[in-house]
Formats: sequence, structure tokens, C-alpha cells
Amino acid sequence: MDAAGVAAVLRESGGVRVVGGGTKLGWGRPIEAPELNVGELDAIVEHNEGDLTAILQAGVPLAQAQQLFAKAGQMLSLDPPGDGATIGGVIATGDSGPLRHRYGGPRDLVLGVQVALPDGSLARAGSKVIKNVAGYDLAKLMTGAYGTLGVVTEVSVRLHPAPRESLTVVVRRDDPRALADAAMELTHRPLEAERLDLRWEGDGGAVLVQLCGPSARDRATSIDGEVVDDDGELWAAQRAAQRGPVVLRVSTTQQGLADVVAAAREHGALCVARAAHGLAWLRLESADAELVTALRARLGTCVLLDAPAELRRAVDPWGPLSAEPLMRRVKARFDPYDTLNPGLLLT
Amino acid sequence: MDGGRELIEQLRRICGDEHVVTEHHALRTYESDGLLQYAAVPRAAALPGSGEEVAAIVRACHEAGVPWVARGSGSGLSGGALPIEDGVLIVLSRLRRILEVDLPNQRVVCEPGVTNVAISAAVGPSHFYPPDPSSQIVCSIGGNVAENSGGAHCFKYGFTTNYVCGLEVVLPDGAIMTLGGKELDRPGYDLCGVFVGSEGTLGIATKITVRVVPTPESVRTLVAFFDSPGHAGHAVSAIVSAGVVPGAIEMMDNLSIGASEQMGHAGWPIDAGAALLVELDGPVQECDARFGDIERLCQESGSNEVRVARDEAERQVFWKMRKAAFPAMGRVSPHYYVQDSVIPRTRLGEVLDRIDELSREYGLKVGNVFHAGDGNLHPLVCYDGHSEGEAQRAEELAGEIVVACVEAGGSITGEHGVGVDKKRYMPKMFSEADLDAFQKLRCAFDPDGLANPGKVMPTPRLCGEVPGPYREHPLEKAGLAERF
Repeated sequence: MDAAGVAAVLRESGGVRVVGGGTKLGWGRPIEAPELNVGELDAIVEHNEGDLTAILQAGVPLAQAQQLFAKAGQMLSLDPPGDGATIGGVIATGDSGPLRHRYGGPRDLVLGVQVALPDGSLARAGSKVIKNVAGYDLAKLMTGAYGTLGVVTEVSVRLHPAPRESLTVVVRRDDPRALADAAMELTHRPLEAERLDLRWEGDGGAVLVQLCGPSARDRATSIDGEVVDDDGELWAAQRAAQRGPVVLRVSTTQQGLADVVAAAREHGALCVARAAHGLAWLRLESADAELVTALRARLGTCVLLDAPAELRRAVDPWGPLSAEPLMRRVKARFDPYDTLNPGLLLT
Repeated sequence: MDGGRELIEQLRRICGDEHVVTEHHALRTYESDGLLQYAAVPRAAALPGSGEEVAAIVRACHEAGVPWVARGSGSGLSGGALPIEDGVLIVLSRLRRILEVDLPNQRVVCEPGVTNVAISAAVGPSHFYPPDPSSQIVCSIGGNVAENSGGAHCFKYGFTTNYVCGLEVVLPDGAIMTLGGKELDRPGYDLCGVFVGSEGTLGIATKITVRVVPTPESVRTLVAFFDSPGHAGHAVSAIVSAGVVPGAIEMMDNLSIGASEQMGHAGWPIDAGAALLVELDGPVQECDARFGDIERLCQESGSNEVRVARDEAERQVFWKMRKAAFPAMGRVSPHYYVQDSVIPRTRLGEVLDRIDELSREYGLKVGNVFHAGDGNLHPLVCYDGHSEGEAQRAEELAGEIVVACVEAGGSITGEHGVGVDKKRYMPKMFSEADLDAFQKLRCAFDPDGLANPGKVMPTPRLCGEVPGPYREHPLEKAGLAERF
């Protein structure tokens, strides 16, 4: 099925569950609807090496695209966990990994989209150049909308040079407050770190600062910590901690991270966080609705990602939505009959 | 406007008499923004003193069915703040308080009338706000939000949209809504992201929360001269391919070097075909390690002279030359028309050839100044407005340049916005289906079409109850419900 085919299916459909790589089907409210699989849209349409841009169909596995970009010494600066994830799924969920620190999330790297809408049309927004302000930024509207406004069939993205040299400085602390303070001291320095994460596990934690470029080793001396040259596993572990039996993503501020780490220690959770952005993931072996509600009351915005369906039925996985009346107005214009992932985000 | 007198009375009650302008001569202050080719005098201008007053004005306009346009500093270059005759102009220049500097969390909350440069000043010297449009001393952050402004350093640092994380907005029905906040990735649609760059057609931002970042430790700047922009373009490609991301890479052609030299007196060779200004910023060691690479790559790409700024004063002279290019063009030509198209950087050579060809065909000079890293061209089409028909020819030529850029895979505007000036080119870049999708968004925010109508979209469109082709509801199809 091509993109026009997807649009045609939507026009005739009473409700579909949009599926790409199928790696994040356990996110959001559990829903029942026939699957519309866009995994067949798996062409790498353009890789413009000299322009550091690419156009990918939604079903292209992110890992496959990265292999191609790597051959040119480039990368799409997105490293969410999940080997089978497609670019469409990453965009739809707005998922991100440690590279978020320097390069931003999917919203910051998507230059344009082609999207199939429930009225049967196929629309484009944005462009394939890295600078463009013509028309509304529907690429941002679709990013993180969980496929509830349109089915993204193609995206154009900005690429970056892949750094050649890297090392990570590990700064250990065994108290949540001291860890958060150490992180904040580092985020306020002009380090130009590639990745800057925090991790808490059991009774101790660390701030991980990845430095890249020819001067990385020189710059590392300004940080009081252990230098790890072969840092691949460190970062693989940071990514992996964003998945688990129960995972809550916490949106807070840098100052709020101390409390997130304290909560992790109290509940025996593993916590990883993008220190400069105040984004944290709490990974628990299990949780009930009461715990989720209590963590929300304490930490603020917590989205339940990985979780058994019973839990996602027992407690709203999203929590309060800001600007919900306006969200509903947007939904009514793009998907008036609730065709796309009905009930997943808005009920 | 029907019932206009009553609305104006209401505006006076909301803002106070002294903050509502209705005299024609006084209103002429606001007849244009930074693009002087367009002018219109509104029925009234209101200068609210708070977000609540903005909401009350918008609500009053909504009740009266009167369209409005929001205006910040009026420095926009696409006519985005061009008033509507018979409409109300809402001038936000009194809303210029920085509400909160939250340095621990690297956030600033401010009102829309705050100037761009004031944000960096509020968090300096340890931090700064990266988007830096050339007009940053005067332009307002509210205007930056409306236009998703860029600047010379956005190749490395990104645009307004990458730094705005929260907004309080007044919707066209007068409702106040909070989009995003200090925290990132709140659940739900990225309405903050879609509001940025919507050119005042979705509502008015009354509070803006931005991210600020640590100021780079070191800045190194050089200018390299080449025989032609094509050669300079090769240097840009070589630098980017080497994996270096400079803070800025700006190019000027011979015409603009000559014009700027008359103002800047930097002693640049006026016979050079192109000047490439490259700035590296970051940690001292990293800048030192990379700066030599850049010098070498410029030489290898055919630069006949590379000058390195020895100190901050010389760096300022280099930047003055670049920033003088627009005003200095006034010394070369009585009038000029600025374009803002974007191309994939690798197509630079062929697009410049095409611009040369068009320039000869129309018999008009075209200067070129551009953000070379991101392929954002600012061709300056020179003309004499007093010469019969020349203004129109200049506009046609500018239009042909836009078409050439779109055909090369680019965009009609990189940072100035569509406004009124480029809306006629929208169909060159977007299909009817694309424009319909834009309209869905606009209708969700502004079903009555009162927010800055006549901008962005090429032709006026209305919002039906449910836009798009009629579609049978699944329940109707199943015979479980019927329409009316």
C-alpha cells in the first residue's frame, strides 16, 4: 500500500489502530480497532548527504536509516530505545533518547511531513530544507500526537555530522540531592556535551557527561569524575532504562529532578533523566493505580508509558492534559469522526 | 465596521482613553510594518497594558465580529502586521515586562513586547537566548514567536521554535489558554509548537516561556575572500562535510561587499567576488582545534585571502559589514526588494547562476547576502521606484527568484514569514490539499476568521462546521444514526 492507499483506507474506515514497527502498542489507553499497518512504507526516499537532510517513509526502521547515514559519517540525532522502532512511530510518540540533550527531540529535527488524513486527502507541510517558515508547522502538530490527527506517511529530517571521538565522564553521588546538584552544576557550564544524563539505581547514582570532538579528552579534565573511553554500554543502559514492566515519564524542571530521584530511591525504581531538560523516566518492576496517582501528586506531570493493560485501564495513562478544550477543537477538525486510534489519547 | 463607535468605546473602557488611537494622522504610525511596500490605516489601534486587557479587547472584537491584527515592534519584513482597514490593531509594545528569570531551571518568562536582546541581557553573561534576528535590538519576542524568527546563529542553535517551551495565548474568541510550560513533553498535542510561526493568525501570545543556554566559552571569527560565490559555496560544503558546525556562516557577494564597505570601512577588497564570514563558538579547546581546519578548508577551496579577527573589536567590524549589507544597498540603489527564499545548500551554484541570468534578462542588479549554512538567500533586487514600471519589474524578478528556489527543492521563506508579501507564492510550494490541511488548523483556533485575516493563505477561505469533503459517519453507515 502506498501513501495514497493509506489515505483511501482512512476515508472508508470506521476506526483504525495505526501500527508501524509495533514496538509501542502498549502506550496510551488500551483500544480495540482493526490495525492499519504502515510498515510497508519503508523506502528511504532521499539522503542528501551534502545538505545533511533525508526523506524517509514512515515505516523505515530507524536503525536501518542510521546505518545508511553512518556510511556518510552522519546521523539522525534520535536515539530512543527499541530496535524495531520505525521513524513514523518515533515521530508519532515523540520518543527520544540521550541525544535529546544536544539536538532536541523529534519535534526539533523533523523538517516536514506528508500525512494521510481521514477525509482521504494526502497533505504535506514543511519542506526538506533546514530553514523554512512557510505555512503552519503541521509537522510539530503530528509529532507526539500518537497518530490521532493524521497518519504520517513520510517525513523529512535534519541530519548532523556523527562525532568521531567520544568519551564519557562519570560523576558518582550516593545522595539524590547531591546527584541533582552535581547535574545542575554541569548543565550550567558551557560544555557542549553530546549527552548529559543522570542515573539512579539502588542506593547510588551518577551524572554521565559525554564529550565529543578532537578536544574531548582535554575538556574532560575540567570535570571531577571517572573517564570512560569505551562508553557504548553506558549509553545503551541509559536507553534501555526507558523501557520496562512499568515506566513513567516525568516532565519536570532541573530543580524538580532531586525529588524524582528521591522518589525513585523510596520506591526502588531505576531512574534515568536528561538533566538539562528536566525529563526523567522511572522504571518500576510493578505499580498500581494508587502509586501512579501518588507519584503524580508529588512530581507533577507523569505519563505512564510501558504498563500492563490493566493498569492503563485502572489509571489514565496521560494524566491531566493542558489546553484540552483546544486539543479537542483541533481533533474535531482533523479527525471529526474519531477514526484514528479512537480513544487512545482523547475519549 | 458596523457598530464601530460602540466597539471603540469598549476599547477605551478596557485600555483607558490614552491607550486607544483613532485619529487618522496618529494611526498612520502603524500603517506599515518593516515592509513599507504595503500600507493600510486601521479603524483604531489599542495598546493594552496587560494580558487580561488583550483578552478583553479580543473578546470585544469577537462579539462585534471585527477582525484584528496584532503588532509587536513593527519590524517584520513580510507585512505580517499590516493593519486591516476597518479592523482593530492590537499593539503589544506596552507589554514589556520580564516576569521571571529562572536561571536554575534555565527559563525566562516574559511578555510579548520584550525585545529579543533584552532576554539575553537578563540572563547574561553566564547564559544567552540564541535566536538572534538582525533586528534583535528592536524586534519583540512576541513577533519572534509569530514569525518563528531565525538569525545568523540558527544554523548551529536553531530557531525560535526550538527555544519556546510555553505560551499563554489569547484565542480569537477571547479565551486564555496555556500551551506547554517550563517543562518539556507534556502529554497532548504540541500546540505551542504549532502556534510558533503561525504569523498572528491563531491568537496572541501574552506570556512566553523560553529556554536559555550557557554562553559559549570562546568565539573565533574569520572572513575569507573568494573569486565568486560559487567558490565560497564550495568552502561552505567542505566545512560542513568535515563535521564542523560553525555558529554562523554568512556570505556576501561583490555588490554587497562594495555597498557595505562604503558604510563599514573595514578595508575589505571591493573587487572580491564573495566574502565568507565564519564564526566558531564553543569550548576554548574545541574552537582552537577546529579553527585551523576552517582556515585550511577556505584556502583549499580557493580563497585568496583569509583574515582572522584578532580581537572582539575586529569581530564587531566583521559583523558590522554583514549587518550593514541591507541598509548599505540604499547607497547603491534608490530602492530594493528583499527576498527570503531557501534552497538546499548544495544547489547554491546553479541557483546563483539562474539569479544572474534573470538579473541580466530584467536589466536589474541583484545583490546577494545569505545565511550560507542553511541555504537561506536574501537576494536584494535593486530598482529605481521613480522610473516608470521598474518597481513592478523588480517584483516580477523577485518572484522568478522565488520560483527558482522552490524548483530547486527549497522554500519561499526561511525566516521573514509569508505575511501578505509571499502569500501569492504559497501555491508554488503547497497543493490545494496541503492548504486545506492548514485551514483545518486555522479553523480549530479561529473559526470566525478574525485573527489577522488575509495573511499566509493565498486566497480567503471560510470555516464550515466540519471542513473537508463530506464523509458519512460510521454510525450513519451502520444505520445507527442519521443526520438531521
